[in-house]
Amino acid sequence: MSRARADEEEYWHSSKFRAFTFDDEDDELSQLKESKRAVNSLRDIVDDDDDDDLERVSWSGEPVGSISWSIKETASSSSSSLEGRDSSLQKGSSSYAAFPKQVSSYSLSSLFKGRNKLPSFQSLSDALSDTGIKNYAPELRRPKAEYKDYCSDWSPKDTVRRMQRGKVCSLERFRSLQDKLVLLDEAVAGHDGNVITAVLIFLKRTLRREILFRELEVRQVALCHLIHFLKETGEQKLLLDLLRFLDRTEEVALSQYREHLNIQDVEKRREFLKGCIGLPFSAEDTSHIQDHYTLLERQIIIEANDRHLETAGQSEIFRKYPRKASILNMPLVTTLFYSCFYHYTEAEGTFSSPTNLKKTFKIPDKQYVLTALAARAKLRAWDDVDALFTTKNWLGYTKKKAPIGFHRVVEILQRNNAPVQVLQEYVRLVEDVETRLNLATKYKCHDVVIETYKDLKDRIQLTAYKCKVERGSAEEEKINSILNNMQIRWKN
Amino acid sequence: EHEVEKMFTLKPGRLPQADVKNVIFFVRPKLELMDIITDNVLREDRGRSPQRDFHILFVPRRSLLCEQWLKEQGVLGSFIHREQYSLDLIPFDGDLLSMESESAFKECYLESDQTSLYHAAKGLMTLQALYGTIPQIFGKGECARHVANMMIRMKREFPGSQNSIFPVFDTLLLLDRNVDLLTPLATQLTYEGLIDEIYGIQNTYVKLPPEKFAPKKQGEGKDLPTEPKKLQLNSAEELYAEIRDKNFNAVGSVLSKKAKIISAAFEERHHAKTVGEIKQFVSQLPHMQAARSSLANHTSIAELIKDITTSEDFFDNLTVEQEFMSGIDTDKVNNYIEDCIAQKHPLIKILRLVCLQSVCNSGLKQKVLDHYKREILQTYGYEHILTLNNLEKAGLLKPQTSGRNNYPTIRKTLRLWMDDVNEQNPNDISYVYSGYAPLSVRLAQLLARPGWRSIEEVLKMLPGPHFEERQQLPTGLQKKRQHGENRVTLVFFLGGVTYAEIAALRFLSQMEDGGTEYVIATTKLINGTSWIKSLMEKLEPPPF
Repeated sequence: MSRARADEEEYWHSSKFRAFTFDDEDDELSQLKESKRAVNSLRDIVDDDDDDDLERVSWSGEPVGSISWSIKETASSSSSSLEGRDSSLQKGSSSYAAFPKQVSSYSLSSLFKGRNKLPSFQSLSDALSDTGIKNYAPELRRPKAEYKDYCSDWSPKDTVRRMQRGKVCSLERFRSLQDKLVLLDEAVAGHDGNVITAVLIFLKRTLRREILFRELEVRQVALCHLIHFLKETGEQKLLLDLLRFLDRTEEVALSQYREHLNIQDVEKRREFLKGCIGLPFSAEDTSHIQDHYTLLERQIIIEANDRHLETAGQSEIFRKYPRKASILNMPLVTTLFYSCFYHYTEAEGTFSSPTNLKKTFKIPDKQYVLTALAARAKLRAWDDVDALFTTKNWLGYTKKKAPIGFHRVVEILQRNNAPVQVLQEYVRLVEDVETRLNLATKYKCHDVVIETYKDLKDRIQLTAYKCKVERGSAEEEKINSILNNMQIRWKN
Repeated sequence: EHEVEKMFTLKPGRLPQADVKNVIFFVRPKLELMDIITDNVLREDRGRSPQRDFHILFVPRRSLLCEQWLKEQGVLGSFIHREQYSLDLIPFDGDLLSMESESAFKECYLESDQTSLYHAAKGLMTLQALYGTIPQIFGKGECARHVANMMIRMKREFPGSQNSIFPVFDTLLLLDRNVDLLTPLATQLTYEGLIDEIYGIQNTYVKLPPEKFAPKKQGEGKDLPTEPKKLQLNSAEELYAEIRDKNFNAVGSVLSKKAKIISAAFEERHHAKTVGEIKQFVSQLPHMQAARSSLANHTSIAELIKDITTSEDFFDNLTVEQEFMSGIDTDKVNNYIEDCIAQKHPLIKILRLVCLQSVCNSGLKQKVLDHYKREILQTYGYEHILTLNNLEKAGLLKPQTSGRNNYPTIRKTLRLWMDDVNEQNPNDISYVYSGYAPLSVRLAQLLARPGWRSIEEVLKMLPGPHFEERQQLPTGLQKKRQHGENRVTLVFFLGGVTYAEIAALRFLSQMEDGGTEYVIATTKLINGTSWIKSLMEKLEPPPF
């Protein structure tokens, strides 16, 4: 099936191709099986415990060795015995080694380049100028080497170059460790990640792990590619082994931790996270991972309890506000909100009480107050809101204090449609006069506006505000009485 | 032309019916896409006749990794041809080329995978084959150095590629994105930049909420369109070409001026008295109508954007950004960021701000960094520790190690912050961010005049080497510059470029006394959101 290069164009343009159909594939498979048998029988002869049975298959060829296959290979492996096997292998799978696909593959790309019959340098400008199609120039320039037979020896350099141009290349020729490393170095020098990865896949398959790791340690670029590749294909075990070998402990930890995302079952996930706690994270991260585990553990307990309560239908709060989703795997703050919503009054001893959560996870005051406020406001539990900000001093006087600024409190209450009476109590507490006036005007807390203008002794603004309140209302009366108060020294 | 029957977009499931012999998959070499293709192929009806043949075309490169993947799924054999279509740089506009490789930044700076740089170098070789060898190459950054090295190597290896085309470009400037991590984090304030920030421009198309575009005449608002309105945005549209790079605050006045001109033009029909005049008017009608619909579209878009830019939150966010960029309070925990976390604003917004603060402070104090981290993890979930780690690796979020903050020096030397910015009639590139002049573009500007030698000190503070290379031209091709002729510089942003940066470069091209015109190439058009997103760890959807 192998054709001379010159025929290719014509072949593609004129004939209905018949290169490779499903039937053919079957044929090839049987041939492969044959060759496999041949190889297996050879094993005894060459006395090499090599079980890489599909040696001749190229990168785009069908079967490939599974990861578990590995050739026990050292730099000193006897080349003569390998060569012997090599030649018989070629017989066994010769039709395969000819790569029928390769032949037609070239011409498909030429379809896109326009019909330049002779892909010589001459046609470069043609192809580029009339279509504007991007095509890297050297692709069209073909070294003489390309006309050689496929089985001939490519130097590592040529092999890499061929692969860079998207050509099929058999790497199996590179048998000795030294050859393989030269090949890898060539690939790295070419900077084409695609080729580097291809060589790495080959090395990964044909080298013992320790050797591969050891050689990659001194080849950082290739190493990065392998790590990327393993991440991409999800070969977690090998990845972790590699990172461990390199002593990149923090990366090992993170990479392992990442895996929890793939575990759907919460119990299993919890167990997995428990196992992550001991991993060599940075000090700061360790505490986060610990928290993550503790949180999920809590959530599982809370979830079981609350689901029971909800289905039993005994608890009023669950009847009135059925849960929209389970609390499992929710962030900490969401969990706190949940617990402030459903378990606000519980004693600190229970796992689901807000105070317990606050203590366990060292939630800052600010965060806690904000969350509790949002939850209680949603339930319109204004007394609880009041209690959040009330502090008693040692004389027993009460005082209102908020760690977040009362303008924020007002915002949150307003968003939960708090009535004006509740709202204005907090607007009044906003310290900055301008902000207070703005908020009071915006939310129609008339009393606060009126009092603030009074304090500012701003008669003009107060008079102007009269038209904003309802006629004959208590507020209008109040404004009038203040304006009539002779004791106030207005500033205007 | 090639007798292509139908074109389909790739999606999982059964392939659509079509009476064809050959099916070609045209794809980026990505593993997710391979899974979709696998699904397509496996669901193909084996019994149908004639059997359909499959082919796969990778853009821009064949990926052996993808083929390996297909092989493991057992479908590789179904493809008769596996080929590549080496489309490296895709033209987006008259002066803009992009590789549209969104993972380029992540690959280069997180994974140390330089494949995209290889493609960039190849793209540049193609460009040189078309437009002549570029005599001067400047660069700043690790990746820039790599690309330049590859170009030189490729040229050496294929001496035949030396061409005889008169060079169009005088200079190539290669810039690493990580030399300027700041710019994409800030909110772009040009018209096009804002459209991208708010609605996201995808391959020059934008999808907009349909309400504002409903035709008013037909059916009294009965059936409002529910499909988003899709518009193409490029300089072929006269009006858009004029306003795209303006500061948004200057767009309104242009639109109203245009509206007046157009209605005046339509008014003219009343003055047309002779048949000749009427004929002339009618001949202008198509153009006028196109102008009117273009104006209507952009007025609607401007209204949509205005709703957002006038919102309190947009203003607060911008204030904080500008404080950071001008160097105010970058070393302590910011109240607004804390508030945003407490209110659970989108995580990406938080990350953008925190990263911006970190970059403007040459890293955050350990205590500040830990505080932000804790708040983010507690509010958005501990699994985001992975994303935070990625950002640290990319240098966007980091503890201040040296104990010194270089940013003020960089800011002052490169004049990155301009207090007196003129948004309507700009005199400096800082108008694109209403005060902040993008660092990357400043570097390009200073390279043209007076040259980088004047800023050696600052260049040393920025990451990666800076360098200059020359490519010899045959004597016949050396340019003899006419007096007053502009130099042309190709600026290649490795790792992405924002619309605001493009606008700034276009502004420089148009400057009367600039003397340099710019053409822009990049690995991907980005904004802060899409950029941060590309760095985030993909989290599995929650299990319920």
